[in-house]
Amino acid sequence: MPLVLRGARPYGEEAVDLVIADGLIVNIAPVGSADGDVIDCDGLIALPGFVDLHTHLREPGREDAETVESGSRAAALGGFTCVHAMANTSPVADTAGVVEQVWRLGERAGLVDVRPVGAVTIGLSGERMAEIGAMANSEAQVRVFSDDGKCVHDAALMRRALEYVKAFDGVVAQHAQEPRLTENAQMNEGILSGQLGLTGWPAVAEEAIIARDVLLAQHVDSRLHVCHVSTAGSVEVIRWAKGRGVNVTAEVCPHHLILTEDLVASYDPIYKVNPPLRTAADVEALREALADGTIDAIATDHAPHPHEDKDCEWGAAAFGMLGLETAFSIAVKTMIEPGLLDWRGLADRMSVAPARIGRVREQGHAIEVGSIANIALVDPTGTRVISSDRLASKSRNTPYASMELPGTVVHVLYGGNITVRDGALA
Amino acid sequence: MKHLLSAADLDRDQAIMILDTAAELASLTDRSVKKLPTLRGRTVVNLFFEDSTRTRISFEVAAKRLSADVINFAAKGSSVSKGESLKDTALTLEAMGADAVVIRHNLSGAPHRLATAGWIGGSVVNAGDGTHEHPTQALLDAFTMRKHLRNGSGDLDGVRVGIVGDVLHSRVARSNVLLLRTLGAHVTLVAPPTLLPLGVETWPCDVSYDIDSVLPRLDAIMMLRVQGERMHDAYFPSALEYSRLYGLDSARMARLPEHAVILHPGPMNRGMEISADVADSPRSLMVEQVANGVSVRMAVLYLLLGGMKEND
Repeated sequence: MPLVLRGARPYGEEAVDLVIADGLIVNIAPVGSADGDVIDCDGLIALPGFVDLHTHLREPGREDAETVESGSRAAALGGFTCVHAMANTSPVADTAGVVEQVWRLGERAGLVDVRPVGAVTIGLSGERMAEIGAMANSEAQVRVFSDDGKCVHDAALMRRALEYVKAFDGVVAQHAQEPRLTENAQMNEGILSGQLGLTGWPAVAEEAIIARDVLLAQHVDSRLHVCHVSTAGSVEVIRWAKGRGVNVTAEVCPHHLILTEDLVASYDPIYKVNPPLRTAADVEALREALADGTIDAIATDHAPHPHEDKDCEWGAAAFGMLGLETAFSIAVKTMIEPGLLDWRGLADRMSVAPARIGRVREQGHAIEVGSIANIALVDPTGTRVISSDRLASKSRNTPYASMELPGTVVHVLYGGNITVRDGALA
Repeated sequence: MKHLLSAADLDRDQAIMILDTAAELASLTDRSVKKLPTLRGRTVVNLFFEDSTRTRISFEVAAKRLSADVINFAAKGSSVSKGESLKDTALTLEAMGADAVVIRHNLSGAPHRLATAGWIGGSVVNAGDGTHEHPTQALLDAFTMRKHLRNGSGDLDGVRVGIVGDVLHSRVARSNVLLLRTLGAHVTLVAPPTLLPLGVETWPCDVSYDIDSVLPRLDAIMMLRVQGERMHDAYFPSALEYSRLYGLDSARMARLPEHAVILHPGPMNRGMEISADVADSPRSLMVEQVANGVSVRMAVLYLLLGGMKEND
């Protein structure tokens, strides 16, 4: 018997019955006209399941912080049907063996499409290229390569990596951070870092690498993706590059769309993240860039850490914050509510564009007949108060604890199967 | 007021109250019995994550002269080195009933964290954190300047102070700029541009790259310690060049107004930021600063533990 999503509103438009069978959307019918197992979706908006280009699942190696399974649960509850698992695990995902292991763990969890990201260099050391071809041709079919957490700072190596991935239609996702300019960096460099006595992470350290990389991508005619863009200057560089026809895409993290550096004055490491929280002017520029398409996608940089790595001094704490279970709400608050994006725009930035960048054929489909049924059904009027104790992630390091956020994920379909129902794992 | 984490925590009246209290307590040191019973039965912990014998001893003497029980806790391993974490150390001290924790830490903000994370209930005194602040040093500097330039009472209205050296890495400079401003003094920071933090132009002070143009109008000059190793990180080309451009030698001392005093938070690098003959000249107040440090720390502990009224 087919599944009927009764009264769902694709992209917030007219309410319809979405009929799902064999993993596909097989019919779109007037409300109340379709037969089958009915799920009441009255008032809910149907969007293509979200695709995250930047997730740290921590397995293998740091299963105390997150596992592929716990991260998959968090992702599903956040409306995601696909996540890209970053390579900075232990061991590093720099061989076909490791990426296949992660991919299989994702299959076993069965809640989202887990797409491993392959390391660009062996051990993320920035010295020798990893076996990119083996990872691309493995069962995991890796298309996104990144040393995330570290920058591929050697210009010649970056050039070669950009060239090499062309053979597999791959993309190099750069963590843009000039290492010498950011030694022991703790927070955005500016007036506040000087007052707080915390070593600054200057915007130029990000912007200089992006400027170099877009020129390299143009020179070798390859595809570059910029991870977690955090500054207004980076936006300008990317806008300039796109204007010149450079094949560059970029992502922004939810926290960089809403949080600013002044939170660091508390010295509470919950706000410690890399790249760091920036200024209100940066936040504004990032929102505008996401609205006008200069930045292509929202990516969470979901970074689970065990409690002890955050319950300490700022300088001793780990970088990173959780994101999967709150990304949609932050997108609603920062982009939908101010009118910067409509629901189709949000679907593009959270699903269509990231699926295209990651070359995930099964994801980012439109809500139309024939598409694979990866669907998030969201309540735009719902709100909830975030509690770090009530997250599916194994870690608790959310910066939004006790904040009331708009937008709730109610049901999620992954490949036609219900993974989340009424806001809980099915 | 419960904690002293930053010089910015103090308004003018509170700062003057600390200095006045310190002056009263200083008279103690002239007596043969140097102890007051004020903090009898109270426990003060000196929690030092960083070697600093002089600051630790200063706090220890201060607490003991007020009859407090003093525990010295030299915590080598912070969570950085995977030793006992600050949190576990704090919980231990809390269980032992510490009324005040005097903390010195290599990481900026550690005292702030200790005071606000909910680990302990007692007072926290920042005895220097990373490159952030060192408020009791600023208080003892202000106390010393007030004594010599304002007859030991009131504020420092109109006093012109030059602070010279590695401002970027200096917690002493940060606390002094804040406190001296609160007390009405006019501060000029002097350093090569590499040793000034970004945004220093927004601080409540003037900034100069040229010590010689500043010298003739100063009432006090404070020389900051400059680590010779900084030249390896290209903050300046060589110790010699630094000394030539920013060091205080007798020729420069001669261009100071006659009444101007010379301070240094110690430990000094003789021959680097200050020449030996300047360091040993009668205008240099380093030894007196140490003595005043005890009085000021007594006042801080007395007021925090004895209770200082919040200003409206």
